[in-house]
Amino acid sequence: MNGTTPIAPQCPIPTATGEAIELAHGGGGLLTHRLIERLFRPAFAEAPEDLTHDGAVFEIDGARLAFSTDSYVVRPLFFPGGDIGTLAINGTVNDLAMCGAEPLYLSVGLVLEEGFAIADLRRVVDSMRQAARAAGVRLVTGDTKVVEHGKGDGLYINTSGVGRLLAPLPVAPGRVRPGDAVILSGDIGRHGIAIMAAREGLGFETPIHSDCAPLAMPVRRLIEAGVDVHCLRDLTRGGLATALIEIAETGHVGIQLDEAAIAVAEPVRGACEILGLDPLYVANEGRFVALVPAADAERTVAILRHCGEQAVVVGSVEAANGAAAVRLGTIGGTRVLDMPSGEQLPRIC
Amino acid sequence: MKYVDEFRDPAAARRCAEAIARIATRPWTIMEICGGQTHAIVRHGIDRMLPDGIALLHGPGCPVCVTPAGIIDAAIAIASRPEVTFCSFGDMLRVPGEGGSLLAAKARGADVRMVYSPLDALAIARAYPGRKIVFFAIGFETTAPTTAMAVLQAEREGLRNFSLLVSHVLVPPAIEALLGAPDNGVQGFLAAGHVCTVMGYWEYEPIARRYGIPIVVTGFEPLDLLQGLYLCIRQLEEGRAEVENQYSRSVQRDGNRTAQEVLTRVFAVQPQRWRGLGEIPASGLGLAPAYAGYDALLRFADVAVPPERHGECISGEILRGVKKPADCPAFGTRCTPEHPLGATMVSSEGACAAYYRYRRPRSTALAATGGTL
Amino acid sequence: MCLAVPGQLLSIDDGDALTRLGRVSFAGVVKQASLAYVPEAEPGDYVLVHAGFAITVLDEVEALRTLAYLAEFEPEDLP
Repeated sequence: MNGTTPIAPQCPIPTATGEAIELAHGGGGLLTHRLIERLFRPAFAEAPEDLTHDGAVFEIDGARLAFSTDSYVVRPLFFPGGDIGTLAINGTVNDLAMCGAEPLYLSVGLVLEEGFAIADLRRVVDSMRQAARAAGVRLVTGDTKVVEHGKGDGLYINTSGVGRLLAPLPVAPGRVRPGDAVILSGDIGRHGIAIMAAREGLGFETPIHSDCAPLAMPVRRLIEAGVDVHCLRDLTRGGLATALIEIAETGHVGIQLDEAAIAVAEPVRGACEILGLDPLYVANEGRFVALVPAADAERTVAILRHCGEQAVVVGSVEAANGAAAVRLGTIGGTRVLDMPSGEQLPRIC
Repeated sequence: MKYVDEFRDPAAARRCAEAIARIATRPWTIMEICGGQTHAIVRHGIDRMLPDGIALLHGPGCPVCVTPAGIIDAAIAIASRPEVTFCSFGDMLRVPGEGGSLLAAKARGADVRMVYSPLDALAIARAYPGRKIVFFAIGFETTAPTTAMAVLQAEREGLRNFSLLVSHVLVPPAIEALLGAPDNGVQGFLAAGHVCTVMGYWEYEPIARRYGIPIVVTGFEPLDLLQGLYLCIRQLEEGRAEVENQYSRSVQRDGNRTAQEVLTRVFAVQPQRWRGLGEIPASGLGLAPAYAGYDALLRFADVAVPPERHGECISGEILRGVKKPADCPAFGTRCTPEHPLGATMVSSEGACAAYYRYRRPRSTALAATGGTL
Repeated sequence: MCLAVPGQLLSIDDGDALTRLGRVSFAGVVKQASLAYVPEAEPGDYVLVHAGFAITVLDEVEALRTLAYLAEFEPEDLP
């Protein structure tokens, strides 16, 4: 690819001290990050750009491509607003879109548990078909495995995808500059609350729907309009806060956020209040942030709104000044947003 | 949201903070004793709005933080039994005892479920008659009535597969223990608004008199906290030591009589160990003899509650307001939110955890030291 | 301690003193809560809910009084 000889860092990975993987390792927060940085990166990454957050970009015989993968283990499989199938398609579609690419072809790997109802599988497959059509991608290859009853949570799905890079310049945290505008494509917190309500049987009478949706089209419009998109990031687990912290730290910048500008739908707010959750850290599946030069901010908002996204400027990028961090404006000043160590749990205190 | 948004108005908050700055002529040290209040103060930056001389201490108002490590170890021992479904509030799942946390036990295969209410645990008991359902009953006087009602319902329905691991604590004895300590520097208190919603505030009147300390019953939104602080500082400036009720939309002097009656029926006051503080007489609730049959420690008689060990954690001094998190040699290095050593780092409301997340000078969140993966 | 959230009581289900439940709306999210500790609550009232139980009926008059008190703080005169 780029011809340099990478040096694999000799990080002394601690041998298993009896420590086991915890749920938090999959939460998208600090422990996930550590797992990647301290275990996977030393093992797999041959260049600094390998194993970056969303997808990989590279060139093959002049064709600029993006490649991404994602696995889906959501419980419950079916929830208001979607199911594991919709997530599986849109998740990889969005990872590719966040690279500034047009998603084209997806693979699907299914791990089914013995005893899983075929009627449910049909529902999931149907969702995937519809999601793929809506996103404009083709499922071109796949694999199916079955494990014994008790050895798998009903159904796990992995999707991988290939896309064509549309953005002329790289779309990555490294391109973010002080002065850039941070634009959020819509209200936050729907997916995480929808899942938690369904999974924990929280008994909300008014179901909150996941915001699971493909984001390829709005991204494409931005790029086609010539907006110099510096960085894109879809908000998944860990929420808006985690996505921005990662960008700030990878890009070595500071980000100032205006809490008042961040929209949270009333029922989502109500649910967060009851559960003691901070909406900034709640998962989303159909929202993204775009970091663009300040001069492009208004145009970006207009284009996204034209696509149906309730986009709004929620903050700006500033110089890191020694500490790349995300600061939130509050009543009493600003506070620094920290990476959650695990999945946010509802609290009673 | 009604009753929420109005009390978060930034302009009103600023005006209140300015009013505090106008009346405060001297340094004052005020303690709030409620994890929820600590959380709100730190989240909204309330303490940053106060003039420099006002020191706000975070007291032992987080039942999660002050639950003795031994009880958590007992919880894990019970939860690890194959026939047990262990139900707990979310807050307690990450709290480590000496032998790890309930979440870690779940990772090892224990059937640990997060519930939002003791009634959820009851529902699980009804749904799974073949399993033994144990509910982790922690919390202050606000939560104890909810536990009590679950016991009464279980009794009425004859639910034999339901029991409770009880660790309820009472606030006034803790305040007295703090004020009675020789190194006490606390000059005023913000009393916990939701505890007082249940218990009223008449219990605090003799305390205010005996120690000459103003106590203001305070709510949880930014405007509540600022007004509570204003009233407390005004008393201090005027040399008064009374109980005032800022949270009057929720709290009355007598509290909730129905809830108190149920508490008296189901629970008995007993001495209680507080993590980091030691044993405080008459500061805990245990099941009354008539309901002892629902005590998980009697049902699982071979599970013991290990005694508290004293390591390098200085939680006790921090909870009493004698030291600050930054004074602790382990802070941020051997003791972090991911690998907490003691009560105050354990819960996100704990003084050390709050300080760590919102205040400490740091390079990057992702490069935090401590722990392996 | 004590996360308790205000919500509006929409309706009361059948049940006796021990088991009385009500439907409470929190900014549009409706959840059931025990009304055992607020026997006087009526639909339309705002209740404070903690761990699945309403622990008090919120007093609107007092709420307004608190807000009025706060409104009386004069803004700082800028020099």
